[in-house]
This record gives sequence, structure tokens and C-alpha cells, in this order.
Amino acid sequence: MVSLNEYVPIVGQSIINDLRLLGERLKGRVVQNINSTPVGGGVAEMLSRLVPLFKELGIDARWDVIKGGEQFFEVTKKFHNALHGRAEDIRRADFEIFMKTSEENIKNVDTYGDIVFIHDPQPIALIKKKSKNKWLWRCHIDVSDPGERIWSFLKDFIVRYDAAVFSAPSFSRKLPIKQFLIAPSIDPLSDKNKELPEEDIEAVLKKYNIERDKPIITQISRFDRLKDPLGVIEAYLLVKKYIDCQLILAGGTAADDPEGLQVLAAVQEKAKNNKDIHILLLPQSDLEVNALQRASDVIVQKSIREGFGLTVAEALWKEKPVVASHVGGIPMQIEHKYSGLLCRSIEGAAFSIKQLLNSPGYAKKLGANGKEHIKNEFLITRHLRDYMLLFLSLDHPEDVVYL
Amino acid sequence: MRELIKAKEPFRFCSRLHLWELMGLRASTLGQLSSLIKKVPDSSIYHHTHRLLQLHQSLSAEPPNDFAYWVTDILGEEDLGEKLYSIDTMQYQNIHDLRDRIIAIIDGHLQEKPLSKFRVARLGEEFYFMKSISFILPTEYVANDLQEFRDILKQIAIDSIYFHIFEAKLRLGKKTNDFSYWIENSLGDKKLAQEISEFDPYTRTLEDLRRTIIRLIERRIAA
Repeated sequence: MVSLNEYVPIVGQSIINDLRLLGERLKGRVVQNINSTPVGGGVAEMLSRLVPLFKELGIDARWDVIKGGEQFFEVTKKFHNALHGRAEDIRRADFEIFMKTSEENIKNVDTYGDIVFIHDPQPIALIKKKSKNKWLWRCHIDVSDPGERIWSFLKDFIVRYDAAVFSAPSFSRKLPIKQFLIAPSIDPLSDKNKELPEEDIEAVLKKYNIERDKPIITQISRFDRLKDPLGVIEAYLLVKKYIDCQLILAGGTAADDPEGLQVLAAVQEKAKNNKDIHILLLPQSDLEVNALQRASDVIVQKSIREGFGLTVAEALWKEKPVVASHVGGIPMQIEHKYSGLLCRSIEGAAFSIKQLLNSPGYAKKLGANGKEHIKNEFLITRHLRDYMLLFLSLDHPEDVVYL
Repeated sequence: MRELIKAKEPFRFCSRLHLWELMGLRASTLGQLSSLIKKVPDSSIYHHTHRLLQLHQSLSAEPPNDFAYWVTDILGEEDLGEKLYSIDTMQYQNIHDLRDRIIAIIDGHLQEKPLSKFRVARLGEEFYFMKSISFILPTEYVANDLQEFRDILKQIAIDSIYFHIFEAKLRLGKKTNDFSYWIENSLGDKKLAQEISEFDPYTRTLEDLRRTIIRLIERRIAA
């Protein structure tokens, strides 16, 4: 298990000292995280890294998962899409399915935490159990332009929390409770982001029959329409007209995403007969993701909507040039033309990829700037700090707090 | 090298950490921006005139003003942006006066160029109001003389320097920054105190600021 001291060479001793000071002020406090899946997706990944570090800091952090059947997760996937602004046919029966499972969870989940930290909409209705403890709702989704019906449904729950947390300023909406901006993070010491020896990278490429004889463009994402894998293929085909290159689309599926296999099938159909497009359905293998990112010449994240887009931070941490959509939390990670290139269309993505492949010096500079930015703003140590400040803020309503 | 003076009172360095609170308020036009600047609390004005100082701590000396950045880059109002960038924040003793100055500049621009009010930010690129919640923590670092003070400055977190130079003066309403106050009142070195209080910290990166203060102190110790 990683210890906090291992982060000192990366972020400096003073940052770790600050974390320990904050930890002392929260010693013994029980922080109960609740979400809907123990593996797959960014939330589970972050919690698996954060919880042990909170414990090392003296906070009694726990992590519980609600239960839900196939129908429930189909409905919450609809909610997810509608919150991202996609037109979804959400019927009364869907709300009933959601509430039925929620009531079962309300009955069965013990909300024992001094602070109950609910992640995303799936467990949101647990707020009905609120007693004297503090409750936080953590929204990991891009809700900048949500379907009004679903927002209004969820808002009835949200307003009962003590505070809400969003990942980007544009996700903030008028609410009668406090709202905080806390961006997610990556862990530089995790299997997904740590340094890898060249032979490990080669071994992963060999496993998937990928040769390094031409530039590699990669998008790592779940197979999800909102990540626009079909759009990535179209952009790649525009680039391919001028530059002989190859494309990797790699990702897994999450337990709470029943739509994933359908999207994967559509992507495989579109890529068939093209030997330079590699569609990889990865198991939960962070080392393989790490190796694929490090082997790439350009990383793409052409999402239509994005809760935050941590794959951008992962790529920048590896000093890779990135082309990514101007959506969600991505503009917080990429300053256009300084630490990457932002795009708004398939053609724009293709143009930027060509630009980076043809100008390796420029691409290298963008990657280097990107790494510095990620180091300052999007590593797990900053995330730990923000969460501890959030917990402390529940006892301190003032704007300047002397601890 | 002259003999080091022991301080009447030791200087304890504090660390300042911040949490950003979203206000759920957004502006799409200059008129909306001005109207919301009039309403939001001081902590929001402070946030938007100091946030970039901390974000670009080692990259570049960006003018630390979100309002200027937004009107320039999103609305394309470069003249107005320049006026906002160049506000001499050092001259203001409190947020109230700084806020009045920002409003006067924006409203003046709208009067001068009435067509500016028709410029609208596209969806997702509006100005989102936030505020900073500051958490002040005393650290274990305590200085009793200038040499100790310099040694700590070399290793203390940049957040601490930020707090003692920027936040202590404008947000907490002290007349000068904490370093100058201590150097003048506890060490009796008015000249050094004045040198530190007179340079403009808003046009440097925080690491430059650290180096500059250390250089001034070393020169003083060697004198």
C-alpha cells in the first residue's frame, strides 16, 4: 500500500506537511463514502486510492456500495444521459424503479458516518435517512445543461444535503445549499500512472499485436456514446488521408453501464476491415492502460460530454500531447495551445492531430507544460487537501477560518 | 556583516489553504457582469482578483484578474481587458474600494461603447462567480532573527508566502504585509520593511516573489 511519504519526491515535503496538519484536525472522524460500483469508472478508481490515504491521515474513511439490479442501472444510465443533456425518454415507470431500489437501499444501508459522502445520482435518495450527521453530495457528472425533468427530480434530494460538490464551475447551478468546486485527480503512483520500463510497454503492444512502425493515436475511454468513439474513428480517417498512422480505442465497461456492449459493437462494426484501427476491450488492467498511453504519439479525448475527463490528466502527466473536446472539466486541464489543443468538431480534432504529428517539437512542449499543470492542480494530494477542507468547512461557515 | 538583531516577538509562519465555493451565479454579458460584481460578497471579489496568482505560481506572471481575462478572451473586449488588467491592486487597502474601481471601469466602458453590451458569451463560457474560503494554519516554522527568517523562507510552502504577502494585507485589512510589519516592529528595521512593502508583488510569479524577498534580506544581512 502506498504511503504519503512516497509522494514527497513528487509534490514536496510542505504539501504533505499541510495534509498531516489537516488530518490532525479531523482525527477519528468517520467519513462514509457511498457509491454504486466497487470497480470500473473514475469514481471507484479515485475512492480506491483516496480511502487508504485518508486512513493514514487519521480519518476513519469507509466505503460502502448500494445494491441495484439491471433495471435500476438501466434507469440510472438514462438519468446519466439526461443529465448530460441528451434527450432521453424517461417515463414514470423509470422513476418508480429508481425509487423502489432506493427504498430498499434506505432500508438496508447503515448511514453511520459522522459525514456521509454520497457520490453521484444512484445513491442520492439515501438522504431521506439524514439525521444529525452531515451529508455531502458529490456530483461527478457534467450537469452544465441537464434535462430539466431529471434535474428537477434530483434537486428535491440535493437541497436536503448540507452541501454539494461539483467538478467544474460550469456545472454549478442556483441551489439553496452551499456548493464547492473540487476537481477530481489522478494518482501518480498508481499502476495507471507510475513510470514504466520500456520492456513493459513493448510487452503490452506485443500482446495486442500493435507494432510501432507508424505513429499511434489513442483514446482510452469506456465504450460510451458520450465519449464519441465513432467520432474518433472519423477524425482518424481524415488524418489517415495524409499521415500513415494507427488508432487505438481502448477501454472497459463498468458494472453500472449496461449500454457499453452496444456501443462497443457499433465501434467494431465501423472499424472492421481496417487493420490499423485497434479496438481493445481491456479488462480492469491499469498497467496496460498506462503502457498504451506511454506508447502513443497523440492522445485524444473527443467526448461530447465529460464529467471531468481524467484520461486527459493521465496523458498530460505522461507528457503526451493531447487533443480533447472543449467540454466539462477538460478546459480546466488544457489551456489551448499551451498545454494541449482543444477542439469542438471531428474536423477540428483531425486538424489538431495532424498538426501535432507533423510538429513533434511543438507537441513535446505542450506535453511538458501539461505535466507541470497537472502536478500543480490535479494530483491526488490536492484532492485529499480539498476534501479535508470540505469536511472542516461543515463546522466553519465563515469565509476565513483559523484552525 | 552586522550583528543579527533578536526579534522582540518571534515570527510564526502560517499556511493558508483555500477551498473554492461556487455561487451558482453566471454572467453572459458585460451588463450582467457589472450587476453581479455589485452584489457578490467581498470574498468573491478577492477570489477573482487573486485566483490566478496561485494557479500560475511557477509558470508565468499572469495578471491575476479573472474579470480581465474573461472580457478579453471570451467577449473580445481587449481595451476593457487591458484597463482591468492594469488596475494597481497595491493601492487598495480594502476590497470595497477595489470593487468600486472595477465597476467604474466596466460601467465607464459600457457608456463609452454602448455596442459592447450586445456581446454575449457562448454557452459554457459564461463568467461563473466563486469565492475563496481561506483556512489559516500555524506551522512549526518560527523565526527569531533575519537569518532564521531567510532560512525558513527558502523552504516554506509557497501558500505561506502568499498568505503573509497578499491575504494579510487586502483580505484581512492590515495596513501592510505581515513580513514588513514584523521586520519593522519586532526587528526595528524600517528600511528593509519598506523595501519589501514597496515592490509590486502582483507582477511576479510566487516563486519570483520568494526569491526577491530572500535577496533583499540577504543583502541586508550582508550590509
